[in-house]
Amino acid sequence: MTSDFEIIWRNLPFLMIQGFLGFGTFVGGTLRLAIPAIILGFLLGIFIGLGRLAPQRWIRFPATLYVEFFRGVPLVMVIFWMWIVVPIVLKRAIPEFWVALTAFVIFEAAYLGEIVRAGVQSVARGQVEAATAVGLTSTQTMRHVVLPQALKNMIPSLVTQFIVLFKDTSLASIIGFMDLTKAAQVVNNREVRPFALYLFIAVVYWICTYSMSRYARHVERRLSPA
Amino acid sequence: MNYTFKWSVLWTGESGQWLLSGLIVTLELSALAWLLAVALGIVSGALRTVKFRPLRALATFYVEFFRNVPLLVWMFFWYFAVPPILPGMIREWMLGHGLEFWAGVLALGVYSGARFSEVLRSGIQSIPKTQMEAAVASGLTTFQAYRYVILPVALRIIIPPGTSESLNLLKNSSLALTISVAELTFQTRQIETYTAKAIEALTAGTIIYLALCVGIASLMSWVERRTAIPGLITAGSRRRR
Repeated sequence: MTSDFEIIWRNLPFLMIQGFLGFGTFVGGTLRLAIPAIILGFLLGIFIGLGRLAPQRWIRFPATLYVEFFRGVPLVMVIFWMWIVVPIVLKRAIPEFWVALTAFVIFEAAYLGEIVRAGVQSVARGQVEAATAVGLTSTQTMRHVVLPQALKNMIPSLVTQFIVLFKDTSLASIIGFMDLTKAAQVVNNREVRPFALYLFIAVVYWICTYSMSRYARHVERRLSPA
Repeated sequence: MNYTFKWSVLWTGESGQWLLSGLIVTLELSALAWLLAVALGIVSGALRTVKFRPLRALATFYVEFFRNVPLLVWMFFWYFAVPPILPGMIREWMLGHGLEFWAGVLALGVYSGARFSEVLRSGIQSIPKTQMEAAVASGLTTFQAYRYVILPVALRIIIPPGTSESLNLLKNSSLALTISVAELTFQTRQIETYTAKAIEALTAGTIIYLALCVGIASLMSWVERRTAIPGLITAGSRRRR
């Protein structure tokens, strides 16, 4: 009987290169999904967050509805909507990668939007007044004065949310996307070593998320006024 | 899109029954996992603030390891990896009593406990040190000080973040469908499979989740107002940094 360690070692290329990074015969990769999902989710989140602060009701209301809706449903539901309903509407199959990416971006933007809103609200009012006084338009004020400072205040909560998103990418395995979790399932079907395999991927996920949270704590300490 | 809506699939046949039983399983699963999570959260959250190092290290390990790994991995871990290493008798009992349900409770409860722990710790740390000092000075043991002074205040301070964690738990219970627990999302998919009416089935599931979340959130904001500690700046404002 081969040891658990040998099993992991033998399947390491498949788990890490195919499952974690996403290079290989299958469409997959935890990082390949997580990185664009984080970037696009944050960009959409900025719009949602600013939308919630807009003085115009017709912008503020849909943005609020968006946030409240997506924070009230499980991510799995959103993934199923994307996976099952969108092909019905568009009348063609959508690759798993795009299904998962769209679902994550739409879902996480609701949470990230709230962080952006809190960050913008944390910027002192005097800053906006000063920017307006020196003749900046409201877009310029937002772009050059408020957002850079807000971003600094947001960093700890943002990284926490990025960690959540990173962990959430494991849900893409439900619709057959070959990420780290799916890769472990596939290997386990062949080798039947659930304890070793699931513990191994737990440690891989943990190394990524824990280093992200350490980094967040480091940044928080550096930026907080002594 | 040439999709014909047929909303009646939701109340004809067995759909209604499936949705109801799914809702009940979701509530049972969440309630049991919630109890486990709160117990683990209180114990480990309190242990992380004590002076004795080994206990603190143990609690820190639990929190940092369990909350930083995806819940889905924990679902598979508790369902596929743990039962084979259990003693025969316990395994037999579990197999006869809905193994997937109990694996789901454990996965969700242990994972959420680590998240509750962080909420509670920040609650305890927001209480001025002098409270603890005063409690000890008046002759209480450390345990009594936690039990009668620190925890009653901390538990009220953490109502808002605790509520949002509890709602996360409820929403996360949907992941139990991956280990074939017949909860709400599972039943939604079953209706979709049997009737081929995806939009109707998913709408029903989504609305039930929304109603649960909105309902609990408004109930808890009422509780928050009722239990607010007089003289303290509203705890609600500390919800987000």
